[in-house]
Amino acid sequence: MELKSSVVYHFSIRDVQVFVMNISLCILAFLSFLAFKEYLSLIPTRRTDHRVLFWAYLTIPIQYYLIAKGWYGAFIVFIPVYAFLFLTLRMVLIGETEGFLRSIGLLQWGLMTTVFSIGHVAYLLVLPKAGNPHGGGFALLLYLVFLTQINDVSQYWWGKALGRRQIIPKVNRNKTWEGLLGGVCTTTLLAVILAPFLTPLGRWAAVGAGLIIGLGGFTGDITLSAVKRDLGIKNTSAMLPGRGGILDRIDSLTYAAPLFFHYLHYLYY
Amino acid sequence: MKTTLRFLFFLLLVRPITLVILGLNIRHKERLPTQGPAILVANHNSHLDTLVLFSILPLRLLPKIRPVAAMDYFFRNSILAWFSLHIIGIIPIRRKKTGAEGEEDPLKLCHEALDRGEILLYFPEGTRGEPEQMNRVRSGIARLCESRPELPVFPIFMHGLGKALPKGEILLVPFFCDVFVGEPVHWNGEVESFRALVEDRMIALSKEEK
Repeated sequence: MELKSSVVYHFSIRDVQVFVMNISLCILAFLSFLAFKEYLSLIPTRRTDHRVLFWAYLTIPIQYYLIAKGWYGAFIVFIPVYAFLFLTLRMVLIGETEGFLRSIGLLQWGLMTTVFSIGHVAYLLVLPKAGNPHGGGFALLLYLVFLTQINDVSQYWWGKALGRRQIIPKVNRNKTWEGLLGGVCTTTLLAVILAPFLTPLGRWAAVGAGLIIGLGGFTGDITLSAVKRDLGIKNTSAMLPGRGGILDRIDSLTYAAPLFFHYLHYLYY
Repeated sequence: MKTTLRFLFFLLLVRPITLVILGLNIRHKERLPTQGPAILVANHNSHLDTLVLFSILPLRLLPKIRPVAAMDYFFRNSILAWFSLHIIGIIPIRRKKTGAEGEEDPLKLCHEALDRGEILLYFPEGTRGEPEQMNRVRSGIARLCESRPELPVFPIFMHGLGKALPKGEILLVPFFCDVFVGEPVHWNGEVESFRALVEDRMIALSKEEK
């Protein structure tokens, strides 16, 4: 009798876990959708590419389906191989050559950052539990997102407090060597402190993770700055009042997520 | 029954499409009318335009909202005509004069609707043009406002819908859409100058920084 009830209990916990995981994946897929839509709304698109853009949107449910199934091999090649080659072909078949290279380049960069990169955040959730007995995928996601956010904030505050020497004033006037150094050190310190609770990372591996998230986050940030400079805009949209758009929020993750993911994947999975 | 169907259509289909799949950034929503009669005039690039205008007004006003639409286009077949009349709730107007003796004023139904305190959605360019480009505002809007000095006319400019569902396309591609609502204008006593006033206000809105 006791045995039976414990079996039922065991199953329901598992069901809840699967349910929460699927909801989380849906939320991240929706985040990719919003970010990609915001990107497409900002860039100049050719009217003739209407149907190509429709196909590009379809990569989002497919990519997140592959993630939900945990098909690592398909997840890692679907966007950069199949989607990129297919969309290029589809655009060629439309037959408009003026602005072709620019259009396909713009489209691929958008998918790369908003779907492929952000997909790596989602794939943390489906990594085998054995790789991270502490808390599984959710703990890894928390570790990555929290440190990326801390990195943004601390680079900002270190820069405000001590910032003197600008790194690339033409792209972003607020980025200074002092801010970068202070931010990366803060992030790395926190990465080491948090690692034993949330990740399988040892102390030195956590230093590496902190550096990757700190420098990756910085790169993602200035890359979006360059995009915005090129397009002549300040924020990507007014969707979140006072905070800009979705892309402004996730810019650091577009670099930090895939870099952190593959570092972890190489070491532990 | 038709009222319920109309309500459900806008609640379960139109709003999810315009608010979630597209996504609207509405500037100066507070300027929009809270009651009829009123006219919303907007640029026209896509069938989505009407649905977006429905979505920026509160759902409680739905029974009062009537898009003014071309008879020749929406009465092409009986299913489309039924749907346009009863679900979308259009006021059909004739775009071309027939020239027949004793022809009715094409705006007669619009006037009746305004007298009932309804809110008209009116596309003063007369047709869907090239995306993001305004055509000349026609004088129909002025004829409608003549003798109605109290009637507020709200100029609106929408960006992005001509990209999401351009003329001649059936596939909807999601794009964020910016909707700029202007201060209402009122009849100023002269057809040509009122036409020009509406046009100027819409052009000014189209040039507002995003």
